Amino acid sequence: MDKSKTHIISALVLHKPGVLQRVAGLFTRRGYNIENITVGTSEQENLARMTIIAKGDEKVLEQVTKQLNKLIDVIKVRDLDPEITVKRELCLIKVHTSTEKNRSEIIQYANIFRGRIIDVSPETLTIEITGSPEKIEALIDLVRTFGIKEIARTGPTAISRGNKTI
Amino acid sequence: MKGGEAIIKSLLDQGVETVFGYPGGVLLPLYDVLYDSELRHILVRHEQCAAHAADGFARASGRIGVCIGTSGPGATNLITGIATAYMDSSPVVAIAGQVATGLIGNDAFQEVDTIGITMPITKHNYQAMKAEEIPGMIKSAFYIAGTGRNGPVVIDLPKNVQEEEFEYELARDIELPGYKPTMKGHPLQVKKAAKMILNSKKPVILAGGGIILSGASEELLRFSTMIDAPVTTSLMGKGSIPEDNPLSLGMLGMHGRKTSNLIIDDCDCLISIGCRFSDRTTGSIAEFAKNAKIVHIDVDPAEIGKNVDVDVPIVGDAKSVLNDLINVVGKAKDENKDHSLWLKHVIDFKNTCMPRLSFDDIPLKPQQVIKELSEAISHDTIVTTDVGQNQMWMAHYFTSRNPRKFISSGGLGTMGFGFPAAMGAKIAMPNNDVVAVCGDGGFLMVCQDLATVKEYDIPVVICVLDNRRLGMVSQWQKLFYNKRMSYTDLGQSPDFVKLAESFGISAERVEKPGEMYETVKKAIRSDEPYLIDVVIDPDEILPMVPSGCGLTEIIGEYKVERETPGEILYKPMDKDKGGD
Repeated sequence: MDKSKTHIISALVLHKPGVLQRVAGLFTRRGYNIENITVGTSEQENLARMTIIAKGDEKVLEQVTKQLNKLIDVIKVRDLDPEITVKRELCLIKVHTSTEKNRSEIIQYANIFRGRIIDVSPETLTIEITGSPEKIEALIDLVRTFGIKEIARTGPTAISRGNKTI
Repeated sequence: MKGGEAIIKSLLDQGVETVFGYPGGVLLPLYDVLYDSELRHILVRHEQCAAHAADGFARASGRIGVCIGTSGPGATNLITGIATAYMDSSPVVAIAGQVATGLIGNDAFQEVDTIGITMPITKHNYQAMKAEEIPGMIKSAFYIAGTGRNGPVVIDLPKNVQEEEFEYELARDIELPGYKPTMKGHPLQVKKAAKMILNSKKPVILAGGGIILSGASEELLRFSTMIDAPVTTSLMGKGSIPEDNPLSLGMLGMHGRKTSNLIIDDCDCLISIGCRFSDRTTGSIAEFAKNAKIVHIDVDPAEIGKNVDVDVPIVGDAKSVLNDLINVVGKAKDENKDHSLWLKHVIDFKNTCMPRLSFDDIPLKPQQVIKELSEAISHDTIVTTDVGQNQMWMAHYFTSRNPRKFISSGGLGTMGFGFPAAMGAKIAMPNNDVVAVCGDGGFLMVCQDLATVKEYDIPVVICVLDNRRLGMVSQWQKLFYNKRMSYTDLGQSPDFVKLAESFGISAERVEKPGEMYETVKKAIRSDEPYLIDVVIDPDEILPMVPSGCGLTEIIGEYKVERETPGEILYKPMDKDKGGD
């Protein structure tokens, strides 16, 4: 068994200034690594949802969730089961397009990946794509040969399938 | 009402009578209200002492200690004290001034990011952006500081918020949806623990500071008596059980009693209550209680499984869980509870290695000093210690008989803690005598507050164990760094008697056996602050377990009270011998 598994931690937190700092600070202070963190509003007005991707063995993960739970501004913490979790990320890719041929090729790739072209300039195309991080990686690899000028990724956010909430 | 008035009113509503503080620019509005308020303010001479005093106040009384410092340097000077309180789970509310809200972030004069700085060393912190937030904020701060696992809470108060007019409304019920400490242990876990304890042959209880914080000393004694389990403690747990009780083995750990360290190695069931298994308590984790199943009771779920793998975890308040255990175990058959053979085995061993206290040497041995001190004070005297050899000598040799009577900076190990903590303890418990046992290094870090005890006539007795060096560091240099005494000689320390006298405080030097007893008696009788400069042997070393070693690997000569020929060997008890 791989001891250092990647975990998706979903946390409901009070939607107010400083909470991100409390959470991020806790990770640094205790020597846990955050690979990714996304924050946004939740279904409840005063609460925000954080999705944290972190690597560590079971013991580290247990400590992380317990320590997170201790923060007064954190309402709920759950380690999502990857089997029944949907994970999505948004990525914007600005690709260099030197020729008309490249341009149509890139558009085709984007279509195959159900991406959209959201901006065009004489020398660039910007693709918007959502999906699992793996799918996004695949598209990035494909268009890399044309020359990527910029990538902006949100990092994954996640939610359990079915009736289950955290 | 103005914000400043609301702070004072809210503090009074919380039952606060005394605060320790130091004013400054941004606190002018608050201090203007304090000027004719019924709240007693003790003006310390350094903010660090305000925080330590509030901490000592809290530890001695169980009530919440309050300290105040201005923005910028005032707040940063509070930091050491706040961190000290955090590490030892002491309920302190620290109020820090802040520059006006419009200036925050502009690097204004005396501005510092107090919220950011105190985030890792507080249970929670608040910044008031509007005066109307103050009543609820203070109520929440007190609630958080004093419930669950206690700890410090910081309130950051911008200057304009203190001046802002608003309609004061009594704080309604506080809403803290993310804060629900578990106080009651899970009944199934309690049953599991009880079963494990009843099935064991050689149980030992490890009592930590949680026993004292939850006021569970009586329950601890009842439970340990019920199951014939000897009790060892962490430094923070010292005083949780009367140490003159036969069941008590004394402190465990790096500088622990030989009995405790060896018995922990032999026991087959360790019941840890309110103890967080710090490295100073456990030594090498791999070696720690390696023959034992472990029951871990703690109010903080994050402590369980953090350092030591546990067989039966119970999240809950020590007092509540102990009562449950007493109930469940109480219903078991008497012969199952009987571990009397084991207890006898432990006590017999303990009697062979009680540390020797009497020495007639000059310069004085710290053991002799502590012996005379013990004889001179009553059982309800509150003793605080500083950090270093003085602390570990006290922890090892001093017999503490009551909870909240031995106060020491355990987790953070803050030099300079002892004296201001004693000051706070005396304010909280004016009817108890208070003695601070310090080293010369630590005391010098906070000696300016002699002015405070003089001004407010706070009759604490300060014993400076004076060996003109940083004793603990030099002990390590002697043992592990080829006797290269790098910067641990404090030879140029002042004449402490003259120093005290310059503050108008009576002081005396003690150099010979017998003098300590007399002088402590006299100092307590004087009912005034008093300093005793105790000249001790600079070469005395406390036996210790080197860092990273198992608890049985004690180095240094362990001098015992009753000499028996040959080395004292511990024979583990045969498993089949115990009760069943």
